[in-house]
Amino acid sequence: MKKVHIFVIIIIAVAIGVIMSTAGDASSYVSFKEATELSEDGKDKKVHVVGKLKKDPAGQIIGMTYQPHLDANHFEFVLVDQNNEERQVVYNQPKPQDFERSEQIVVIGSIQGETFKADKILMKCPSKYQENEIKVNGSDSKGVEAKL
Amino acid sequence: MVHTFIGNLGHLLIITAFVSALLATYAYFQLARVPELESNAWRKLGRSAFYIHLFSVLGIVASLFFIIYNHYFEYHYAWSHSSRSLPTHFMISCFWEGQEGSFLLWIFWNALLGIWLMNSNKVWEGPVMTIFALIQAFLASMILGVVIPGLDFKIGSSPFILLRDAMQDAPIFATNPNFVPEDGNGLNPLLQNYWMVIHPPVLFLGYAIPIIPFAYCIAGLWQQKYSEWIRPALPWALFAAMVLGVGILMGAYWAYETLNFGGYWNWDPVENAVYIPWLVLVAGIHTMIMYKKRGTALRTSVVLVIASFILILYATFLTRSGILGNASVHSFTDLGLSGQLLIYLLTFLVLSVGLSIKEWKKIPTDDTELSTYSREFWIFIGATTLCLAAFQVFASTSIPVYNAIIEAMGFVSNMAPPADQVAHYTKFQLWFAVIITVLSAIGQFFWWKKIDKNKLISSLTTPVLITLLVSALVIVLAPVDNLVYIVLLTTSVFSIVANGKILLNVAKNNYKLSGGAVAHIGVAMMMIGIMFSSGYSKVVSINTSGLLLPGEFFEKDDNKETKENVFLTINQPTRMDNYWITYRGKRIEARGVPGYLHRNQVASTKVDYQVVAKEDIVQNGKTYYKKGDTLEIYAENTYYQVEYRDDKGRVFNLYPRAQINEQMGGILASPDIKHTVTRDIYTHVNAVADPDAAKEWSKMEEQIVSIGDTFFVNDYVAVLDNVLRVSEVDGISLTSEDAAVKAQIRVLGREREYEVTPTYLIKDRMVGRIPEEVEDLGLKITFTNIDPAKGTFTFGTNTTQKDWIIMKAREMPFINVLWIGTFIMTIGFILAISRRYSEFAKMRNKEVEVNA
Repeated sequence: MKKVHIFVIIIIAVAIGVIMSTAGDASSYVSFKEATELSEDGKDKKVHVVGKLKKDPAGQIIGMTYQPHLDANHFEFVLVDQNNEERQVVYNQPKPQDFERSEQIVVIGSIQGETFKADKILMKCPSKYQENEIKVNGSDSKGVEAKL
Repeated sequence: MVHTFIGNLGHLLIITAFVSALLATYAYFQLARVPELESNAWRKLGRSAFYIHLFSVLGIVASLFFIIYNHYFEYHYAWSHSSRSLPTHFMISCFWEGQEGSFLLWIFWNALLGIWLMNSNKVWEGPVMTIFALIQAFLASMILGVVIPGLDFKIGSSPFILLRDAMQDAPIFATNPNFVPEDGNGLNPLLQNYWMVIHPPVLFLGYAIPIIPFAYCIAGLWQQKYSEWIRPALPWALFAAMVLGVGILMGAYWAYETLNFGGYWNWDPVENAVYIPWLVLVAGIHTMIMYKKRGTALRTSVVLVIASFILILYATFLTRSGILGNASVHSFTDLGLSGQLLIYLLTFLVLSVGLSIKEWKKIPTDDTELSTYSREFWIFIGATTLCLAAFQVFASTSIPVYNAIIEAMGFVSNMAPPADQVAHYTKFQLWFAVIITVLSAIGQFFWWKKIDKNKLISSLTTPVLITLLVSALVIVLAPVDNLVYIVLLTTSVFSIVANGKILLNVAKNNYKLSGGAVAHIGVAMMMIGIMFSSGYSKVVSINTSGLLLPGEFFEKDDNKETKENVFLTINQPTRMDNYWITYRGKRIEARGVPGYLHRNQVASTKVDYQVVAKEDIVQNGKTYYKKGDTLEIYAENTYYQVEYRDDKGRVFNLYPRAQINEQMGGILASPDIKHTVTRDIYTHVNAVADPDAAKEWSKMEEQIVSIGDTFFVNDYVAVLDNVLRVSEVDGISLTSEDAAVKAQIRVLGREREYEVTPTYLIKDRMVGRIPEEVEDLGLKITFTNIDPAKGTFTFGTNTTQKDWIIMKAREMPFINVLWIGTFIMTIGFILAISRRYSEFAKMRNKEVEVNA
């Protein structure tokens, strides 16, 4: 066997290892139901759940607690996933800025007991860098706003 | 008034730039095909077309800058990326906040490089410029903004679009088509940083230069000069790798200084996207050098040079098509260009791969087996390792692309990027780094000597011994206790020692040849810096308060490791690692005054960036403003002074920043960093008391005092200095019927005195009380009553929760080694570029002589 053959075999082996590991480490987008099933099977694999904040008919957020003077690292809220199933989410970090304004939330973590423990929260804000309103009276903040 | 002329001019110039690039492509294509005798006319045409292209591009840049500079907010680009209060040097940053402008930046660099390329090499001019101009035409099409009639297909997105055309549905334009907004939306505060003025141009120059080696390579295949293209392409490939590398690291430094994710590299898809082509390009440089030395690896060089350019297009596609979606925090918004970007990517992929396959058999190879004792063998393994490292990042970063492909085929795919990206990438990249550092050391020994087994062992003995000694010292002293890190440290030290030895030998004879050794030392230092600063980065702000939410079942098995943020109440020291830290209050920054000012030193006015000095503004012994002067502040920025005091009593202050920008939505935090030789202490605020939220005040406590009396307000000593009659209250003049008095109370806080001036007024027979708040002390004083008979005054005090912040602090040991390593690597590249360019220039001049 020539050296080049050994070389090629090693490269292929590493490449396969990389692909396997990527597939193994890759997380997935799931619903709370699937996340619960995963945790009941004893798998602690981290998943992504996409959802929205629970709100009452008046648009007020329900079930969100953050008391920084008691514990700055404890934030919890209720997330409604795309199948309309809701769950308590606990996040051991300060409440992200602008959390209330977010349109869509992705939580990354796993179900532990009754709650979803999030390691990371991604937010999609409606107009953070995408301007969709024109201030007609620019100098006065109380001016009329023309919304799209 | 809507200024339409400048926009129309700009748009016309874009079309001219596009057409002239196409014309140059055609002319140069003919030049490359026709015999020597007929070539002059085509050369002239190609050159003129490219010069027209250059001037059009410069015109586009000037027009766009004119629009931004003059605040023509009737243009969508100026309106969405600039504002009246933006300083001029940041107007340049407006260019690259938007997609169109960043394409323009890339086009601009290409146009300049094209001129240089055109005039530097007559022999290659035809074929190389054909490819170069074609790429440029594709790029120009991205900002074309032309709708093909009948097809309803829009090509490109123009930066010169008017606001009323960009937002046709806005009701204001139905009633008033000539409406011009008063002010723009402003530049994203995160981009208002000097690194953001230099990082994007460098990065896009790094995007632009790899086109040149690619163009040479394709030209070589096309003209069947299978090996001759290497010499002119090599200095450009080195230049590209240097600029791209520096650009990436500048981005990392900007992220470290400005963003609050706590580090310089996050394995975010946008970061990975440029890291991949850089690795491949560096691998390509090594195989090109192998070919020049030994005549091997020509085919590999062709593949790698093509791959690096295609991967740059892939990076462009990833960051600009919107495909990353949720996967990245900082990709551009989708402009609807994904189709066009995909065509761009696929065109060059198909063209270059097709051409390579067609010419593959004719590319000369060296069939002799590489000896294990030859330098080429080791360099080849090194290049392969770099490619595997690139492949690993590519495979994981492309997960959103797999989803898109699978879904396009009609299946459902719910793959998501790894939950812990840093751990996922590190576990591979770390070992690739180990192999690369070892090879960069061993390879150098074969490089300079024809060597056999015995000679190798003898020449390696000393470096290995020195390495073991140095590594052992560092491991014990630092200390390094993780086996994986010990391995990386040892191999990196080995690379520094081995390359250092080569450097000493070479520098004696000819320093010009030392580029490789210097660059390798730089890379090895970077590895050590990364290993320490990331591997031993320690959160020092562990919450030790022990306060838990009542009735929370999660707390019982909650580990302290995730409690990484501390809650600080103003002026109340908290123990954190080896420091007592104290939040000292909000600070502001005034234009033209060094350092930070206390919010209490100035009083607000109606204009948010203008304030009036309440006392003389003195910094470092120099008086900048007198009491009563009006000064300008950076109204968006609030700094939170955090005092660190170690056990030896040494004190330093950090001023992490939060920018409150309503238009961007809420608050953006940036860290402040204490740099010392051995470590950085990195601090950022995660949350602050909401300045807009209504405060909950305690019940008012009233006290009756006379002038000169001392009394207590919420445990602080206060003195009523005087009560003055005033004729004006908050800019409202009082009539003879009205009366107003202002109390002057000095409150002695622990850190400083506060002058509080609550007002009592009678206007239109109504009593009014204007209280004043001392935010630092969490209290508010109201002038509630006057008893003229006794000469006493009544003051009411309310208290509230004191000001607070939540902050996180980390220690990054030896991060300076990373930055120093970057400099050294860059110097190595510069040495190598100058050597390779002079080789190319010598040979080119010879060829010209022969042809003449």
